[in-house]
Amino acid sequence: MHEQHIKLPEGSIEKTTTTLNLGPTHPATHGVFQNILELDGERIVSADQTVGYIHRAFEKIAERRPLYQITPLTDRLNYCSSPINNMGWHLTCEKLLGVKTPKRVDYLRIIIMELARISDHLICNSIVGVDAGAYTGFLYVMQYRELIYEIYEEICGSRLTTNMGRIGGFERNFNDIAFQKIEKFLKEYPRVQQEFENLFTRNRIFMERTIGAGPISAERALNYGFTGPNLRAAGVDYDVRVHSPYSSYEDFQFDIPVGTTGDCYDRFLVRNQEMWQSLSIIEQAYRKVQEFKGTEAEVYHADVPEYYLPPKSDVYTKMEALIWHFKIIMGEINMPAGEVYQSVEGGNGELGFYFISDGGRTPYRLHFRRPCFIYYQAYEELTKGAMLSDAIIVMSSLNLIAGEMDA
Amino acid sequence: MPLSNEQIKHKLVEKFGEQIADFTEPYGMLTFSAPKELNLKVLNFLYDNPDLKFRFLTDLCAVHYPDQKGSELAVVYHLHNLEDNVRIRFKIFTGVDQPDVYTATGLFSAANWMERETYDFYGINFVGHPNLKRILNVDEMDYFPLRKEYPLEDQTRTDKDDEMFGRGGFEGFGNERTDHGTLIEADKKGEGENII
Repeated sequence: MHEQHIKLPEGSIEKTTTTLNLGPTHPATHGVFQNILELDGERIVSADQTVGYIHRAFEKIAERRPLYQITPLTDRLNYCSSPINNMGWHLTCEKLLGVKTPKRVDYLRIIIMELARISDHLICNSIVGVDAGAYTGFLYVMQYRELIYEIYEEICGSRLTTNMGRIGGFERNFNDIAFQKIEKFLKEYPRVQQEFENLFTRNRIFMERTIGAGPISAERALNYGFTGPNLRAAGVDYDVRVHSPYSSYEDFQFDIPVGTTGDCYDRFLVRNQEMWQSLSIIEQAYRKVQEFKGTEAEVYHADVPEYYLPPKSDVYTKMEALIWHFKIIMGEINMPAGEVYQSVEGGNGELGFYFISDGGRTPYRLHFRRPCFIYYQAYEELTKGAMLSDAIIVMSSLNLIAGEMDA
Repeated sequence: MPLSNEQIKHKLVEKFGEQIADFTEPYGMLTFSAPKELNLKVLNFLYDNPDLKFRFLTDLCAVHYPDQKGSELAVVYHLHNLEDNVRIRFKIFTGVDQPDVYTATGLFSAANWMERETYDFYGINFVGHPNLKRILNVDEMDYFPLRKEYPLEDQTRTDKDDEMFGRGGFEGFGNERTDHGTLIEADKKGEGENII
């Protein structure tokens, strides 16, 4: 009669805190990662993160692949803005190989990278809204993310995992529909962004939920290796596009918005402002692209026969083209030995590629610096002492992408 | 005046003398190495020196060079001086038999997970790390998968017999027969087409 049927772990009766598993498949985590929260009532005492649920060993796989086959791996890092990852990878290869891309390619890349940044920030910010209980904004902006994906489709044929561009440029020139859609986006989007901000920025409930939630000082953020909007929200104006310009970002005029307290509200505002800046960059780049006339307007890749596939019509009719095509596809080209670090401003911050080549056909070592992975470790510090509902909104405002975290 | 690579080099040599070696500048980034016992001293010096101020740890990872006997593993730190906007790369080498390296977590909170990741994949034992356990791989894993002795595919698998992708009953890494559609490690440096 007095036998205890349920065996409780030792000390669990005396324990005054509650353990809560948030994730790995909780709908509010927006990705596969687990947080083991220790709760005192509704206050968080400690948070222990488990990551790696979708680890796919990209760094190992990359050691056996020729360069062009690594591009699809980079898609799957931050899949909300895969074109930025693709371009970052091409820039890394181009730096190693010493390829100089034409200006038009740089500008086209900037258009596409900034579109990707908008779609990334758009999702992040509207999800912050969803987690604060406001679904409308999310549904409202989704249409314009769709438009961005349609632009991707015109350029590379796919939407989410884009595998866009090649070493030296793009696989084909942007077609007229792509330009029309970019124009449409530039024309219609500002109104939508304004409406989205009207819904949230001065909304009393939203402000109360986000102001003071998960703050971090600039000093701590730097120590934790924060980059991107999360670092800028803490007040540090570090932006890879300005500090180490790539793809001709130095030709553009834009501001770096910064926050002060580094809380969820500042992160939200910084992302919104960055979208305006991205819009202005796209506009400038679009105008610069339109200025190319005649044969210049047909340039969409650099001359790199060893890595850029020859046109298909030549492959069928010319011997040299056939040989190059074969050698590239088979990955039979030895690249120069060297080590290179190239970073781009991804959706979440500094996305870095550390690439060591020993002169072989595949990378000797490739390491991705994934901003998400690095700043997620600050999560415990950000949420300690906060309420459970804050923990969720902090998570979405950090824009944690499981694919990027786990590589 | 912005900080030049020459100045950094000069400061380091002034402080540590001969111990800092292998100065190179691949693609403009100053790269150097130090004995592994000195890693914290060097990092601290780079952090605290009022002229250097390398206070941002951009990246930390390891590389495996199985042919360098006695110093098979390299730990690579990428540091950034945000004020002068200068990046440097600092390497230390350690033997694979006793891969003990001091942790940088005291200096950079960011190093916590980066070191766990490095431990996870290369087995580098960061002495003094508060929580050195696997992070991306399963806890039960008993090897360090990014070391070069582990082939990409599990060669012992018998449930798949697919020569096109290197699972045709070959004997291990680099011994595979070349095949269309397979890129072979052993032929990486080979001349011309070794395709059968």
